[in-house]
Amino acid sequence: MNTPIISFRDYTFQYRAQARPTLYNINLDIYPGEKILIAGPSGSGKSTLASCVNGLIPFSYPGESTGELIVDGMEAKKQSIFQLSKSVGTVLQDPDGQFIGLTVAEDIAFALENDCVPQAEMHATTKRVAGLVDVAHHLDYAPHELSGGQKQRVSLAGVMVDAVKILLFDEPLANLDPAAGKQTIELIDRIQKETGTTVLIIEHRLEDVLWRSVDRIILMDEGHVAADLRPDELLAGSLLTETGIREPLYLTALKYAGVSVTPEKKPAHPDTLVLDEADKAQVRRWFQAVQPAPAPEPKPVLLEVQGLSFGYTKDRPTLRDISFTIRKGEMVSIVGRNGAGKSTLSKLVCGFETPDSGRILLDGRDISDDNIRTRARRIGYVMQNPNQMISKTMIFDEVALGLVHSGMPADQIRARVEETLKICGLYPFRNWPISALSFGQKKRVTIASVLALGPEVIILDEPTAGQDFHHYTEIMEFLRRVNEQGVTVLMITHDMHLMLEYTPRALVFSDGRLIADKSAAEVLCDPALVEQAALKETSLFTLAGRCGIAPPEQFVQRFIDYDREVRAHGC
Amino acid sequence: MAANTVLNYLPRKSFVHQLTGTTKLAFFLLFTFASMITYDTRVLVGLMIISFAAFRASHIKLREVRFMLVFMLIFLILNNVFIYLFSPEQGVQIYGTRHVIVHLFWRYTITWEQLFYTLNISLKYFVALPVAILFISATNPSEFAASLNRIGVSYRVGYSVAIALRYIPDIQRDYHSISQAQQARGIELGKKEKLLARMKNSVNILLPLILSSLARIDTISNAMELRGFGKKKKRTWYVSRPFARNDYLVLGFGVLLLVASLVITFWDGSRFYNPFV
Amino acid sequence: MKNSSIKTVVAVGIGAALFFVLGRFVAIPSGIPNTNISLQYAILGMLAAMYGPVAGGLIGLIGHTLIDLSWGGSPWWSWVIASALVGVVVGLAAKKLALNEGDFGKKKVALFAGFNVLANVIAWIVVAPSLDVLIYAEPIEKVYAQGVFAAVANSLTAVIVGALLVAAYCKTIAKKGSLDKE
Repeated sequence: MNTPIISFRDYTFQYRAQARPTLYNINLDIYPGEKILIAGPSGSGKSTLASCVNGLIPFSYPGESTGELIVDGMEAKKQSIFQLSKSVGTVLQDPDGQFIGLTVAEDIAFALENDCVPQAEMHATTKRVAGLVDVAHHLDYAPHELSGGQKQRVSLAGVMVDAVKILLFDEPLANLDPAAGKQTIELIDRIQKETGTTVLIIEHRLEDVLWRSVDRIILMDEGHVAADLRPDELLAGSLLTETGIREPLYLTALKYAGVSVTPEKKPAHPDTLVLDEADKAQVRRWFQAVQPAPAPEPKPVLLEVQGLSFGYTKDRPTLRDISFTIRKGEMVSIVGRNGAGKSTLSKLVCGFETPDSGRILLDGRDISDDNIRTRARRIGYVMQNPNQMISKTMIFDEVALGLVHSGMPADQIRARVEETLKICGLYPFRNWPISALSFGQKKRVTIASVLALGPEVIILDEPTAGQDFHHYTEIMEFLRRVNEQGVTVLMITHDMHLMLEYTPRALVFSDGRLIADKSAAEVLCDPALVEQAALKETSLFTLAGRCGIAPPEQFVQRFIDYDREVRAHGC
Repeated sequence: MAANTVLNYLPRKSFVHQLTGTTKLAFFLLFTFASMITYDTRVLVGLMIISFAAFRASHIKLREVRFMLVFMLIFLILNNVFIYLFSPEQGVQIYGTRHVIVHLFWRYTITWEQLFYTLNISLKYFVALPVAILFISATNPSEFAASLNRIGVSYRVGYSVAIALRYIPDIQRDYHSISQAQQARGIELGKKEKLLARMKNSVNILLPLILSSLARIDTISNAMELRGFGKKKKRTWYVSRPFARNDYLVLGFGVLLLVASLVITFWDGSRFYNPFV
Repeated sequence: MKNSSIKTVVAVGIGAALFFVLGRFVAIPSGIPNTNISLQYAILGMLAAMYGPVAGGLIGLIGHTLIDLSWGGSPWWSWVIASALVGVVVGLAAKKLALNEGDFGKKKVALFAGFNVLANVIAWIVVAPSLDVLIYAEPIEKVYAQGVFAAVANSLTAVIVGALLVAAYCKTIAKKGSLDKE
């Protein structure tokens, strides 16, 4: 047996500001050339584990550690972060924060510049590495001319200029559209095979990472290693669900259908999954057991967009001739690749930008002449990052802010805010400082501050970005309750699960055009559409195909209905 | 081209563009210093001719930098008006004679001395303008940090400048979206609100901007540290270019200009060229 | 400490970018024609108080130089130097203020306000006009009138907006330290 390249021995770590350790007694060996997925819910310690390996702990985040950590033959504690960075290359989560250079080439060369590498050598290395990650044609591009996926490739190239032995990816999928995420996983796989590097991927989106095989999954939970297993073994068990990680949808579907999943069935990937005839018949029976629920009566139209066109600069339209209607009480997803015009659409609807042509009608009335303020009373907008919306330090004040500025008397404000806080489940916290809240709770505060104005429609930009399954469910169930109270909800999202599970209908954008307006299940079962809009097929589609079920969208719909039943009854 | 739009970089092939950023920075500083010190009309005219010649050599067209010219012209006119309003006899004071052209009202008289003083101030503006525009429009922003480092500024400070250029577009975008979202909640910075209210309202926009910027500082420092920034006393630069013959010539010329303008200016013991005596 | 020096480099860069964006693109009318509230001095005051005199001075220097360059002219050095000086002077209070401890009581508010007023008075009433006269030979009456106006406006902005920002910022860190568990 060769020696491990990373080895934790009875390792415990506690941040200086925290009352208790974040990592308890970790024992873990990772061998050269392995590809490891480190999964776990938020706060499980998975990112802390990564920071120990690359040296950010203890150099940037001070704290106490006991036990031993060996990285590439060095005792991590005794090395400088610079020495560790020669062995461990880290790709961080935030694509803009780590893109430091003014251009692609400069960013890739950053580490070489710091190492005083002569210019000729630096140019050669930069070109070679850029070629490895497919950005060689973009060397003089500025960061804002690149997509999220391209920025991530540049970051990867930036750490590969040193011959690192370990590549560490901290939530590489968090900021990408589904297609880009898929490409990232493929790229990591290719790089690992070509260079033989050891790869650690920190991610809670298990199904997406498993698009390419990994050697082991290390499941973190509350600072402990909860499991250290081959994917097939882990997926056959129930540990994932217990720790709050979403298992791949096709496996959930199999379990609902009563098919037992064992390691021998190779459940790690829907294509390699071994299903015998009996299993397939079982799935078909489950599918046929229930007739689909009848479609509900259509409600009256609330929002109508007619022939909307807009461009930030004259010759390059961002949106071209968009028309659709939204009915009262609907919950709709807006999907498509970054830059397809989704956010611009919401800005036009809210009045932040003025369309070049076309009309927006609310309840049949043209609102083109209403200003931001007037529209905000009926159409609320929630930004992606709650930290960019929150401008008060106390929850009550934040939710009351818009009302205070509308000149409402103080006692009415109090009543309205308290009512909103109750609806949002924030009433017990009303006198808390916002800084004490988790990201998900902050998100809820921003939604509450918009709801307090009493809008009929709310538009949310990426409501669940970067959230683990638990927080995702929390936010989305909350939005569903808001929706049930009669508020129409539009969501811009990259999350295919969200789209399937919560929004019956999806508007698909590509290149400034509305290219589809149909049910979420239909969208994700249409390979051409999926390809064009940079989405990702659902594995349920693959499963339906393998079991000979047609049309697949009905199978998907059946799964979603059933899943909602199960989860509503608390199973 | 984010950084390009911040400072209006106009790439092209020209004598000026081919000079290294270091040369342009140093020449810009020498030239600015020369034009700052002197008030000698002859020197100013001489410098202005050089300045405009350099502009021509850059192949940058006037209309590409029109907005800068218009802005500076407005600034210049306003500044001259203010000077006149506050101190209509400044020229008389400086040149020591008083040739009245016409008396307007109260203390306001137009004199040849005041007109000549105004001309000199305007010249001072125009002398520096083409060189300044050249410096920013013909220098790749990527070269700024390396150039600062090369003329003796610590590379850390140089890199601060690079970070500022890199993140200005991001912060501008953040500011824009934060203020839109706050406007939807009725937070206005415009004339409708009272001054104190406007200031308080601005906090509602600045706070999210500052807090997210502080978080950004943490991320960027981590990313830089993980890639070895500050490891050594020196660093090399991907974009820096070796000096060519023209660079030495231009630098030498810059030094010569400064010396010449100092000598001519102070030859007679005064910064001003006085045609009235 | 290696990391704190990297952090300063980054803070200067981001601070200068903030200074630039607010000074270049954000115009809040002050009520007096053609003059605007310069929010960038509130941010400069805050960041200088957090990161000290060197960082403060550099933020003012780089930020202001970039603004002037972006307008197309040669930097108006007398005012650029004054901006840098504001950052240096306020930054001198950084150690005493110790904002990262997360408390911003009355004493500290007074200290913050005092240093900001002092910094702006020195910069705009003493240094900027003197340099204007020295470098640009502008009339004394004009430059002092401008200087007094700038000193009053920027002091007010720095004290009111700056202190509100610092107070809010301190509230966000005070709680972090006292958090035992989620």
